[in-house]
Amino acid sequence: MSGAVARGGGTGRAAIWFGAPAFIGLAMFVLIPVLMSLALTFTNQRLVSPDPGEFVGTENYQRLLSVSYLVQSPERDAAGHIVTDSAGEPLYARARSITRTDPTFTGYRPMTEYRWGDKRVSILAKDPEFLRSLVNTFLFALLVVPLQCSAALLMALLVNAGLKGQTVFRGIFFSPVVMSMVIVSVVWAFLFDKDLGLFNTILSAVSFGAFQPVDWLGNAHTAMPALAIMSAWQGAGFQMLILLAGLQGISQELYDAAKIDGANAWQRFWNITVPGLRQTITFVLIVTTIAALGLFTQVDVMTQGGPQNATSTVMFQAIQRGVREENIAYGSTISIVYFGIITILILLQQAIQRRRARLNA
Amino acid sequence: MTPAQRKRLPIRFALYALLALLSAIFIFPFLFMLASSLKGNDAIFADVESLRAVLPVGDLTLDNYSAVFQRGNIGHFLINSVIITVVTVALGLFVNSLAAYALARLEWRGKQAALVVLVVLLAVPLEAISVPMMLLVTKLPGLDFSEGIALTRSWLDTIYVQIIPFIANAFSIFLFYQFFRDIPKDFDEAAYIDGATPFQVYRHVIVPSSIPVFATVTILQGLAMWNQYLWPVITVPGEEARPLMIGMQQFFAARRVEWGEVMAYASVITVPILLAFIFFQRWFVRSVVGSGVKG
Repeated sequence: MSGAVARGGGTGRAAIWFGAPAFIGLAMFVLIPVLMSLALTFTNQRLVSPDPGEFVGTENYQRLLSVSYLVQSPERDAAGHIVTDSAGEPLYARARSITRTDPTFTGYRPMTEYRWGDKRVSILAKDPEFLRSLVNTFLFALLVVPLQCSAALLMALLVNAGLKGQTVFRGIFFSPVVMSMVIVSVVWAFLFDKDLGLFNTILSAVSFGAFQPVDWLGNAHTAMPALAIMSAWQGAGFQMLILLAGLQGISQELYDAAKIDGANAWQRFWNITVPGLRQTITFVLIVTTIAALGLFTQVDVMTQGGPQNATSTVMFQAIQRGVREENIAYGSTISIVYFGIITILILLQQAIQRRRARLNA
Repeated sequence: MTPAQRKRLPIRFALYALLALLSAIFIFPFLFMLASSLKGNDAIFADVESLRAVLPVGDLTLDNYSAVFQRGNIGHFLINSVIITVVTVALGLFVNSLAAYALARLEWRGKQAALVVLVVLLAVPLEAISVPMMLLVTKLPGLDFSEGIALTRSWLDTIYVQIIPFIANAFSIFLFYQFFRDIPKDFDEAAYIDGATPFQVYRHVIVPSSIPVFATVTILQGLAMWNQYLWPVITVPGEEARPLMIGMQQFFAARRVEWGEVMAYASVITVPILLAFIFFQRWFVRSVVGSGVKG
């Protein structure tokens, strides 16, 4: 029959036309930006500038990622005794004045310092603000991922327990996911208010007044945990649904057989549910981590990176430097570092999956 | 018998108590938002110490709502957001399903390479490319319709800068592709023998049997567009093309002390989405599960 031959040629041409709009769009708005981003990191391109950027080699990366340290012994007086301040603490020369004068530390600024015996170790960086943000971002992921995923698992188990009304509860737990993060941030900014916020009111009520009101977003120690609590509240419903699908994929027969063998609920959970969910849990953990590392909206709406840079994140820095300070090359470099971290996570997930597939085979 | 019926009463009671507590945690912020939007500031502050904070009781007023429509310009931003979401989703459904159809059902050279590229692009998050993409759109020549038609030198501050980059979507193509691939080939074969063109097969065979995946993509892309924040915050500084989320953020930054008005603003944006969610819960749930089992 000639139909097959004619179709082979005809559909080929049709396929090009059908695929063209989407693939041109993806090339234009995904592929080209990625390539541009890579190229820009080696230049000093500004956002609004008549001149094309110049090639600067790896200068952006060096500025972004350079870390060094400085070990200082305490100051001693003429007799060789350690000079102390009024509180009895040893005194050190100012780290900043050393980094300014010593040519090995050109471009470095002090980021943080630790005591080691009577020595003082200062961590120096060429861009302390970015490194602080990188640490903050990982801290946020470390807080939010366990919280959000364990809450999601608990909720998935609850709405899978065969109780009446479980679709209603599932809907309630999922509802914040459809809300915009901007709205969630605005509403929770009020909940976190020091004097009038419901968060402090409730904590104070359940502790019978023992809890002292905290300025959640205004305190450098509580701002990031507050963002993590809010983000877990907003997102947990998503992970709950994924885990629920995983739970429903575990055969009921396994549970019935275990019951006949006399396994109690706890044993059934550890020996059937957890192994059956392992793949889903890995997926959920990686997806949640990737989302957490992109933290931006909450910070931009609620804290603007403050107080004292405690909530500044990698993405917040990328936008701040790249767009608001118009240093597009430097902002692109931050984006590429972020992209690199995400890529490592995705490769990790695929390696785990492949290894598991091999083990099962 | 379901497991629940076999559970002993105390266990069931404990589970319900836990569910109720969790539900309260999830519902309270919504109730607080809605209740506060109907109260004056004094009433809100007077109520924070008790359960009244989350209940619409006392002197209720719609003043906050009239204030946000007058001062917050919310009507204009609402129209912008609706246009952006509807146009992007509608064009996206067509463009992405057509591309997926070419990948899943037609034979052509380079198809395998295109699939590999697609899977690689899936891994690129918008966050990672928004900065260079912003530079790109500042260099693209655009059109301005405010006084006839004029050529402009950048896409910044327009409605279409919020639409065009998001029509083609690797993830949507991937979802369509997975679905189309599993439709039996018998129908296409029959249609081709009857002399149908590839587009007719797409139109009369593929689309009618793929309603669930169209619903999934509509919900996922619709929510993403409606809730978009990072992109407009860097490309739309002006008021004319501003979407709702930026309007909300600006209003919050400027009138932070007016809790009632801010909550009214938030309610106007949230209630339509919540209603859609309540009516189409089954579809929302299905689309999320469908999006999660990728890879």
